[in-house]
Amino acid sequence: MVRLEKLSEEERKHLEEAKCPTFDTQPWVTGPPLSQRRVALVSAAGIHRRNDRPFTRATDTYYRVIPGNVKGSELVMTHLSINFDRSGFQQDWNVIFPVDRLRELAEDGVIGSVADFHYSFMGAHEPMDMEKQAREVAGLLKKDKVDAVLLLPV
Amino acid sequence: MCTRAVGALSHFFEEEGIPTTGISLVRLHTETIKPPRALWVPFELGRPLGMPDDPEFQKRVIVAALKLLEAPNGPLIEDFPEDVPASTDDVTMLACPVNFRQDKGDVGEAEQIYTALKSEITALRPWYDIAVEKRGRTTVGASGMDPAAIGDFIYSFLSSSQPDNPRGDIPVTYTLKLAADDLKAYYFEGITAQPGQEHASSRTLTDWYWDETVAGKVLMAIKDKYENSEDRTMRGAARGFLVPREVARTRKK
Repeated sequence: MVRLEKLSEEERKHLEEAKCPTFDTQPWVTGPPLSQRRVALVSAAGIHRRNDRPFTRATDTYYRVIPGNVKGSELVMTHLSINFDRSGFQQDWNVIFPVDRLRELAEDGVIGSVADFHYSFMGAHEPMDMEKQAREVAGLLKKDKVDAVLLLPV
Repeated sequence: MCTRAVGALSHFFEEEGIPTTGISLVRLHTETIKPPRALWVPFELGRPLGMPDDPEFQKRVIVAALKLLEAPNGPLIEDFPEDVPASTDDVTMLACPVNFRQDKGDVGEAEQIYTALKSEITALRPWYDIAVEKRGRTTVGASGMDPAAIGDFIYSFLSSSQPDNPRGDIPVTYTLKLAADDLKAYYFEGITAQPGQEHASSRTLTDWYWDETVAGKVLMAIKDKYENSEDRTMRGAARGFLVPREVARTRKK
């Protein structure tokens, strides 16, 4: 779908009118070849472990931690938006959080390794409101020796 | 809207010294935010890897996104060259048709709807159980209630008294939202366990849920009841948490 021309006029307009942040800098960090990288997933799908706190508009915590050895059966989604498909996630969590694929790519030597921890944000929050905690997560990723993050929207 | 979040997060992480790459579902947002690296994919919102249950397809998307980490300079947006195959599914009516006909004239409409909702939830139960067994998981459960209790809780918003919040950690409007999400997930997981319907498209499932099920009608009725409520939080929940924007717009009489 997200060929904008395939959406209804109203939905297209909704996306077109969404305010997007812009930045003065364009950071660019390089690293070793992919086969030596340690990769973490950061999702904006509002997923978390079943017993973790559901996402709300509360602004105290913007992210949830997902251990690298998580099982798909532990994941639920509490994203505030109801305007995107969830049936794909119901069939196969890898369609939004491809941790099994990442493990296979590590086994095949395409990437170096998979991080011990992944993170989930909830994309209905204003992007700039998440800045402080995003930088906090960056610190955690560094401690996990992550040098490649794959970000996934819904 | 998640593509906006992903673009901004990518920028913040990179500024902190971590190389990032990301999927973009809305190219326009990525073009504005200009994160370091993005792979635009032509898939529907909610499916950044495109195809459930297709590991090879998913891997092609992931590797295409990760390969951008080896590009010499940026920011860059690359377009993924494949789309998902067109769907040819056909989800039929629920096995147990629900009868709205008034019996003997002494059962009120509200009670009929309640009974119909309960019957529908019960009729789906064996299919839902099969789905859970087959997939080894369920996405139902964020509300903390079982499906029967979810039906009761949701329906109670249509009766005159406002229900108690079964959870102490979040306001009742969020409990309602989680219950509505859970109810829909229960129906979707159940109906796709029926023969030949495993790969029903999101469009077919959406049309079925909102046009054919009592659950969909109950949620729309709650939306109608509260969308102009004087209670600001209930008004917000009714407008934003129950019925998808496109569904509400296209089903308006």
